[in-house]
Amino acid sequence: MNGVLILIPIALLLGFGGLAAFFWSLRSGQFEDLEGAANRILIEDEDEVR
Amino acid sequence: MTALDRPERDTVETVLAVPGMHCAGCIAKIERGLGGRPGIRSARVNLSARQVTIAHEPFLKSRDLVNELDRIGFEAQPKQGALARSDSAVKPLLAPLAVSAFACMNVMLLSVSVWSGAEGTTRSLFHWISAGIGIPAIIYGGMPFFRSAWAALKRGRTNMDVPISLGVIIATALSFYEVVTNGEEAWFDSALMLLAFLLAGRVLDAMMRDRARTGVDALLSQAASGAMVVGPDGALLWVKAEELEPGMLMRVAAGERLAADGTIISGASRFDQSLLTGESGPVPGETGDEVLAGTLNLDAPVDVKVSATGADTTLTEIARLMEAAAQDRSKYVRIADRAARLYAPAVHTLAALTFAGWLVAGAGWYQALVIAVAVLIITCPCALGLAVPVAQVVASGALMRAGIMVKDGSALERMARVDRALLDKTGTLTLGKPLPDPAVLAALPEDAAAVALALASHSRHPVSKALAGALAAMDVKAATIDDVRETPGEGVFARWKGGTVALRRPDGASGIAVALAIEGRPAALIPFADRLRPDTTEALAQLSRLGIETSILSGDHAAAVDQIARETGLLAQAEASPQDKQELIARLQSAGHNVLMAGDGLNDGPALATANCSIAPGSASDVGLQAADLVFVRESLLALPRSVRTARATMRVVKQNFVLAIGYNILAVPLAIAGLVTPLVAAIAMSTSSLIVVGNSLRLARAARK
Repeated sequence: MNGVLILIPIALLLGFGGLAAFFWSLRSGQFEDLEGAANRILIEDEDEVR
Repeated sequence: MTALDRPERDTVETVLAVPGMHCAGCIAKIERGLGGRPGIRSARVNLSARQVTIAHEPFLKSRDLVNELDRIGFEAQPKQGALARSDSAVKPLLAPLAVSAFACMNVMLLSVSVWSGAEGTTRSLFHWISAGIGIPAIIYGGMPFFRSAWAALKRGRTNMDVPISLGVIIATALSFYEVVTNGEEAWFDSALMLLAFLLAGRVLDAMMRDRARTGVDALLSQAASGAMVVGPDGALLWVKAEELEPGMLMRVAAGERLAADGTIISGASRFDQSLLTGESGPVPGETGDEVLAGTLNLDAPVDVKVSATGADTTLTEIARLMEAAAQDRSKYVRIADRAARLYAPAVHTLAALTFAGWLVAGAGWYQALVIAVAVLIITCPCALGLAVPVAQVVASGALMRAGIMVKDGSALERMARVDRALLDKTGTLTLGKPLPDPAVLAALPEDAAAVALALASHSRHPVSKALAGALAAMDVKAATIDDVRETPGEGVFARWKGGTVALRRPDGASGIAVALAIEGRPAALIPFADRLRPDTTEALAQLSRLGIETSILSGDHAAAVDQIARETGLLAQAEASPQDKQELIARLQSAGHNVLMAGDGLNDGPALATANCSIAPGSASDVGLQAADLVFVRESLLALPRSVRTARATMRVVKQNFVLAIGYNILAVPLAIAGLVTPLVAAIAMSTSSLIVVGNSLRLARAARK
């Protein structure tokens, strides 16, 4: 029972952390261009190093 | 990346539409190509929306940016204010979906312990935590349903969202009561699972519509339409269409569309009115003649004095007719809502009867209420809510792969009932653009074809572009020519192997043609004509096999329509004005027909909006694209029978889904009425019936292939 008392808050905290991260990414426009994001990994960034 | 550049003062953001980009290479080319240019701070591509957002110094105007992109090799157009921010239908649903799915998983975890026998304080604690996660999540995740249900109730109607909202709210309230009174059963997981499933269905539906909308947006010409205006001192100035005023003098180059109605002051040319009136042949116009906004100047630059702008043009009359028609169509009731009208009262009566029955049988009022609520929850139309959207999403996905974009699910419902089709001629039955005669091109000597391609590629005239395209498709390599000059209204002239060569307008030819003149050889005449779309005969035969009677409805002259009517063997009505087209459709509808209209022009707009369902080719005018329910982007006319067949298959699957979903209810409801249903049974029943409905709908994925 004691274990549960520690584990449940931890589980909830982690869950809410994930949810908060999702909301942050939604607000900051990371879901605006899913097609582009999928394609960007294919771009080689040789000349990006400055 | 570029996004890391610090925004400095004096930075302006411009959004350009770049319809041509489609891959990672394009993103890299554009972002790097623009990034280093003077005055440009950063460029960021949005591939889904086919847009580039450019941060730059104010001295650069959008035309400079368009030129920059042109240099990199991409055609770009400035986005007009209203179009720059495209609002997605998916985004407002993503957060509720994430919240209810997250909450559902966590509550389910706790529920499993309760189901497997947690007792006393543990059960009570788990129920309290479930309530703490579940209630806020249900309020947040259920909002889209509550709002839509409330809107329907306020107007005295019901839709699918009413039984959903009622079931969810009552289940939540009862569960909360159970938690407070230390009861045995809480239904938070059922309510959340229901919301998560239904929201997933809606997100899929919205994604489909978003994709179709961006597809159509990319086809719309987003160029701010306008004109080069000649000032009193002779200076040329670009003026936007809405800022044009009567009395201004526009200089309209060959290949440009007129932005306003007017009178020709100087010059003579021919005008393509096909989008406006459906007329296929070019109409000559010279000094003193009236020309209309939306027509394409074919041959030579002309100066036009503006006589009417914006609200007064011929276009406005067409827009007015369309608005009235669109209001009529919004009265269509979707099949899910028709089902809900029968279903909701039945379910609610059943729950009330159960409650009364248990009271009569001698149960306490609390026990009777719990059982009645169980009936409500078990009948809550989870599978029923998925039955329609999932089938339509899968079908429109299949159609999208076949090059047909479906703007919304109700279009498929209306398309399935069609039994009469009216086809516009120019641009719908035919390709709507003059193409060079392939027999003549094939007969050209190889070097002559090479010269023709070289000459044609130097001109932006529509006929030259068509010729260059046709020759390039025949694998002709362009010859090397020098001294190229284009004389508007005359043709393109150059030197090749020491002699003069020219692609010029022929002397006294009727119709559209060009003459290819090579010094020392007789001139070759290349005639141009509008041609029927590929597979037209096959498509018309398939339509009649589907039981759809087809005829032509065109605004073109009787002679031109006659010829196409003979080629296709269809009945035809020629010289129909936009009003005529609309009236004919209304007449057919009042005779009990469901009419499909296929058209592309501005003059088809009102007819497209009036018909029960409408389809337009991707080459259609903006008005046509916006008014039509479906847009097909490939050349073949087989898109018509294909979309009818897919729509009918979709409706078959939707009806099967209804039977499956209601069948599940018929099995589960007696258990619920008998008081045997626990939250565990509800959770299992709900998810299996949803999976069966989804599985059945997936069969449509192959529907559009045939």
